[in-house]
Amino acid sequence: MTMILACIDGSIYSHSVADHAGWAAKRLGASVEVLQVLGRREAASSDRSGRIVAGARRQLLEELATLDAERAKLLQRQGRLDLEEARTRIEAAGVASVATTLRNGDLLETVAERETGADLVVIGKRGEAADFARLHLGSNLERIVRASTRPVLVTSRAFRPIRRFLLAFDGRASALKAVDAVSRSPLFAGLACDLVTVGGDTAEARQRLDAAAAQLRAGGMEVSARIEPGQPDAAIGAVVEREAVGLVVMGAYGHSRLRSLMIGSTTSELIRACKTPIMVFR
Amino acid sequence: MKVNWARLRHEWLGNVRGDLVAGLVVALALIPEAIAFSIIAGVDPRVGLFASFSIAVIVAITGGRPGMISAATAATAVLMVTLVKEHGLQYLLAATILAGVFQVAAGLLRLGGLMRFVSRSVMTGFVNALAILIFLAQIPELTGVQPLTYALVAAGLAILYLLPLLTKAAPAPLVCIVALTAAAIGLGLDVRTVGDMGDLPTTLPVFLLPDVPLTLETFLIVLPYSAAVAAVGLLESLMTASIVDELTDTTSQRNRECVGQGLANIGTGFIGGMAGCAMIGQSIINIQSGGRGRLSCLFAGVSLLFMILVLGEWVKQIPMAALVAVMIMVSVGTFSWSSIRKLREHPASSSIVMLATVAGVVLTHNLAIGVLLGVLLSGLFFAAKIAQIFRVRSLLSPDGMHRTYIVEGQVFFASADEFLRAFDFREALARVTIDLSGAHIWDISSVAALDMAVLKFRREGAEVAVIGLNQASETIVDKLGIAEKPGALDKLMGH
Repeated sequence: MTMILACIDGSIYSHSVADHAGWAAKRLGASVEVLQVLGRREAASSDRSGRIVAGARRQLLEELATLDAERAKLLQRQGRLDLEEARTRIEAAGVASVATTLRNGDLLETVAERETGADLVVIGKRGEAADFARLHLGSNLERIVRASTRPVLVTSRAFRPIRRFLLAFDGRASALKAVDAVSRSPLFAGLACDLVTVGGDTAEARQRLDAAAAQLRAGGMEVSARIEPGQPDAAIGAVVEREAVGLVVMGAYGHSRLRSLMIGSTTSELIRACKTPIMVFR
Repeated sequence: MKVNWARLRHEWLGNVRGDLVAGLVVALALIPEAIAFSIIAGVDPRVGLFASFSIAVIVAITGGRPGMISAATAATAVLMVTLVKEHGLQYLLAATILAGVFQVAAGLLRLGGLMRFVSRSVMTGFVNALAILIFLAQIPELTGVQPLTYALVAAGLAILYLLPLLTKAAPAPLVCIVALTAAAIGLGLDVRTVGDMGDLPTTLPVFLLPDVPLTLETFLIVLPYSAAVAAVGLLESLMTASIVDELTDTTSQRNRECVGQGLANIGTGFIGGMAGCAMIGQSIINIQSGGRGRLSCLFAGVSLLFMILVLGEWVKQIPMAALVAVMIMVSVGTFSWSSIRKLREHPASSSIVMLATVAGVVLTHNLAIGVLLGVLLSGLFFAAKIAQIFRVRSLLSPDGMHRTYIVEGQVFFASADEFLRAFDFREALARVTIDLSGAHIWDISSVAALDMAVLKFRREGAEVAVIGLNQASETIVDKLGIAEKPGALDKLMGH
């Protein structure tokens, strides 16, 4: 049975993650594991006296443990509430098998651990701490999209019914993989597809695009293929606005870490530019 | 090598404000300690201060335990006394570099895992011994001095212990030192000062090669000191790392810590500093003050050097009594007072291990020897305890011809004799079965004992069957046993 890992964090995106996971699970007939990772507890004492009294070690340990314990209890209680809420939403979407997992530790490490049994990872575009107004992406999002070995569905702020999706196609291996997965997955069955390549309208680009379109049509999908001039993030962002696209599908990060640090990565730019959910394939 | 950027960023920038504040508090407490430990080793305060700066900075970058403070320490300083007295500072620098090389090697060979053989009792013994050594090092400053010194030390202690009751915002060691220095200068008191103990740094440290002949003789002179410093440095560092692990509920990379400590000592030797390691007391102060990341150790080292260079003239005038007071506080804080209360509660073997560790250190002034003694003793006690998990029962068949011995528990060198004694070879039997299904054969002593038992029964005319060897026992018995092989008796007789 296919399994979907939905990562929530109690932020405003948690509802949307639950809704998108429910949508995908319903279409795929999958089960859902809702995961919330409680971050590191950084309790700090405010003792700057620089003293070490007799038994300082035990005393400090007890003090820190008490501080940690109080915070952890609160976080845990909130986490369970968030998880239950997500479970209710997903079940309301008609998914029968929903499990919830609450863990302590690092989000990235935990997701890497849990995703081995999953076929799709769903995560919100931003987390608790990120600032929507400035369109900053969540600090964990990029790390997870980069590290994950599964397709990742990055959700927007609220779920809107998806009828039409855009496949950003650049001919790279991960994009070919996305085309292949899209043509076969029941997730996309019955949706209209905009297959878009951004760049110069060369014979080679046109040929690649047609081949991809043919592959998608073979599966019975309604495809409109085209080449748009300009920069990928701007051009695709414009199409998404104009055509009322509900979901953008693309291949993953193509650059080395160092390069994307200096010039920014197209994938991150796209995730930032489109106000729709985005599905990224490895 | 794949760089984990996220982890790196978390370790360096995860707690900037807390780290900077804690680093400053630690630097203020490091100054008196670095000076005091230089005096213990018998070198100028400059040597310890440079060492504390460079070790703190290098370990911050290379170490495996963010949040831990490393600098010049008492544990390593006491090991150097004879070397400095007999051969001078340059040999100490050479020994520091060699100790660093040993530590890097230990890290690369993954010896950090050996720490699991150091039991809790040995660790308690270690910190207690360390506290006693730090206290003993203050005795020369407290004997044969004018009564005024005692008054100053008492005043210093009063500040150190009472001030935090009023405010926890100001570092008490700093207030203690400033107040006593002001009093000494203001009242024109004639007491010994830091300036009387030797040179303080006046410039930034520079790279220099230790001025020693590169001969085998030099190597053999520094070798024992380097080995001891390397061992003690790693012991205290890994022990401190596990304390920080405990306090912060995180984990450390032990082998990386070994390499980091080694690199720090190598670098320190080349800029004229003495060997050091992680510090239990300072690391506790760091965590207590809110330090968690690598930045706090780095900042402590840098601000220490900065303060010394800027305030050198004032540092010279700090009365020794102020340092003694701080060191007494460190000593009292390091000592595990609860261990005295627990001497009666804990099993006698644990208490003996702890006391033996302390005694071994205090007698030799070498923490490595004490720890070795403690580890050996705890190993022996453990063997003795496990040997008690051993029992032999036997059943005689109704016709009196066949006896079955049922062995249960651990058969190894400590229980092999008892194993043999459990059989009655004088009983005339036709058949003997030795059932080992509830036993484990551990080593060649137990294999030899089993062989001996089988052969002895055979010599008395019994048929012997050994049954129920579990898999682990079978491996070692198959490899080492001879009783079941042809010509076994001859072989045994031939010995």
